[in-house]
Amino acid sequence: MSAKPLKILIADDNDSDRMILQAIVRKQGHVVVTAKDGVEAVEQFKATAPEIILLDALMPRMDGFEAARIIKQLAGEELVPIIFLTSLTDAESLAQCLDAGGDDFLSKPYNRVILEAKINAFNRMRIMHSTLQSQRDLIAENNDHLLQEQQVAKTVFDNVAHLGCLHAKNIKHLLSPLSVFNGDVLLACQKPSGGMHVLLGDFTGHGLPAAIGAMPIAEIFYGMTNKGFAMTDVLREINQKLKQILPVGFFCCACMIDMSFARGDVEVWIGGLPEAVIYKADGELIKIPSNHLPLGVLTASRFATETYRYEMSEGDRIFMWSDGIIEARNVDGDMFGEERLYKVYQDEKNPSHIFSNIKQQVHNFIGEGERDDDLTIVEVEMVAEDQLGIDADARLSKSALMGPVNWGLSYELRGETLKDFNPLPLLLHVIMEVPGLRLFSGQVYTILAELTSNALEHGVLKLDSNLKATSEGFAQYYALRAQRLSSLDDAWVRISIDHQPENLGGVMSIKIEDSGEGFDYSGFKETKMNKDRYSGRGIPLLASLCRRFEYMGAGNVVEAEFAWQPE
Amino acid sequence: MSITTSKSADGSVLTIRIQGRFDFSSHQEFRDSYENDESIKEYLIDMRETTYLDSSALGMLLLLRDFAGGDHANVSITNCNSDVKKILTISNFEQLFAIK
Repeated sequence: MSAKPLKILIADDNDSDRMILQAIVRKQGHVVVTAKDGVEAVEQFKATAPEIILLDALMPRMDGFEAARIIKQLAGEELVPIIFLTSLTDAESLAQCLDAGGDDFLSKPYNRVILEAKINAFNRMRIMHSTLQSQRDLIAENNDHLLQEQQVAKTVFDNVAHLGCLHAKNIKHLLSPLSVFNGDVLLACQKPSGGMHVLLGDFTGHGLPAAIGAMPIAEIFYGMTNKGFAMTDVLREINQKLKQILPVGFFCCACMIDMSFARGDVEVWIGGLPEAVIYKADGELIKIPSNHLPLGVLTASRFATETYRYEMSEGDRIFMWSDGIIEARNVDGDMFGEERLYKVYQDEKNPSHIFSNIKQQVHNFIGEGERDDDLTIVEVEMVAEDQLGIDADARLSKSALMGPVNWGLSYELRGETLKDFNPLPLLLHVIMEVPGLRLFSGQVYTILAELTSNALEHGVLKLDSNLKATSEGFAQYYALRAQRLSSLDDAWVRISIDHQPENLGGVMSIKIEDSGEGFDYSGFKETKMNKDRYSGRGIPLLASLCRRFEYMGAGNVVEAEFAWQPE
Repeated sequence: MSITTSKSADGSVLTIRIQGRFDFSSHQEFRDSYENDESIKEYLIDMRETTYLDSSALGMLLLLRDFAGGDHANVSITNCNSDVKKILTISNFEQLFAIK
């Protein structure tokens, strides 16, 4: 017997039967409401909301079957057990009670023990049903909440791992995540020099855990590409970051390409993804197999950045995909597989339809089959640079206006520091923060390297380039350099660099002074490169790379000006 | 900065790969990479991962060229980035090397 009394509706047109039943049920501790026919039963149900109903089958005005149908409809999702009271005993009539929505029947005359047991059993069922329902509602509510949170997080995620220039006219892509978040990451960014980086990554797992790893990838990818870093630098950085943050066993299979529209070639790095494919306009298919471990597996020192390089003509296309495409399963559990994939290339005669054809075939293949991985595929076509449909002005303003462009610094190397410290990487690091200047990092390096080594080797150490006339002399020169450096005392080299914006680019002024005695620089500009000499290329190089370049004072001061504009 | 070498199967082509900055600090390593092998007929300098070079690196390339037979030398420089290529061009190196 349940502790809490139940409200039980008894509907029976026979007054004595109703009274007997009412007495039995009351005695069991329940509250009773009564009705004399089906119409009253429905009204009482509406008015008093009983928990269990005992319903006579045959009644005037409205019989029990009809009343049961209406009550069940009114009760909706709530379980209100209806037990039919009947003197009928034939199977058909009893079945009719259940068909009408009844949950059980009780034959007259009533057995109070069975009646009590049935009321208790249906009460247990009612409670279980209501528990289930409230749990279901709670789960649904929590799920809504979770989805809502994920949507907000997704907005943040999309802002970080945005699609970059995936909308460019030469790119077709399909990103089909299994859940709100995608374990596959597809990024494309135009390089300041005009080429394009595209990266497809596939994290172990999918959904939120995988997506979290995608955020640093996107940050590094867009940040470094915008600053003009080479593909291998970007990959090295991403690998190091992932190695640092991902738990062991988690990594990112990836394929990255650096497409140059000006040179008409593509450089490909691929680690752990299914082979990428170049489809030439003439129908030739070049498969590019993975030759590296995925990103986030190897430590920085063991990470390898060998790439494949391919010539590409206009109309040639490169395809990359995650294994979700190849391992897509149909209803029977068969995989789409490489064979079906490559058959599309054989069968489809129009290259511009290949992408949509693959998409369609995979879609048809999966049919009603269950998806178990994110699906991603991208096609990048080699086109003329002006066909990309990307706003060139937006690109330039981005590269030229953000970041430090107007600054100066002075750096003096003295005594010990001059002996064993190479200031160039540090200086270059500072200089390359100028947006857009990274494109010229090689030239900037050469200028700085020439100027500082001249100041040190000729100014401070008084080494003579003529020593470099022979192979032995070349070695001797550097042996002497090391020797004189070690006995150096009180010497210094001062490097002053100043950068000012000019139009979309800038002017970098470099002044280098040294503690040496200087030299007679009259006529130094006439120095010509002599192909038979191993030295003497520094000055002509400087003269060619710099807008202004001259020695001053005693010859221990030199000034150079490097002017640059984005291409 | 590191220099690695590999030889073709028949031992006639030596590929010298230069990673990072190519400047005076690598002159000994660079010389060692080719000087001890007289059987090489063809040299391939792979600059795929060479970030910068200065004039002493140009001198070192010329040393290799002379070692390999001067005007009869068969030395190619491959996979240069655009900056490296510019330095080589300013110095008219395409007249002395096959730059690919």
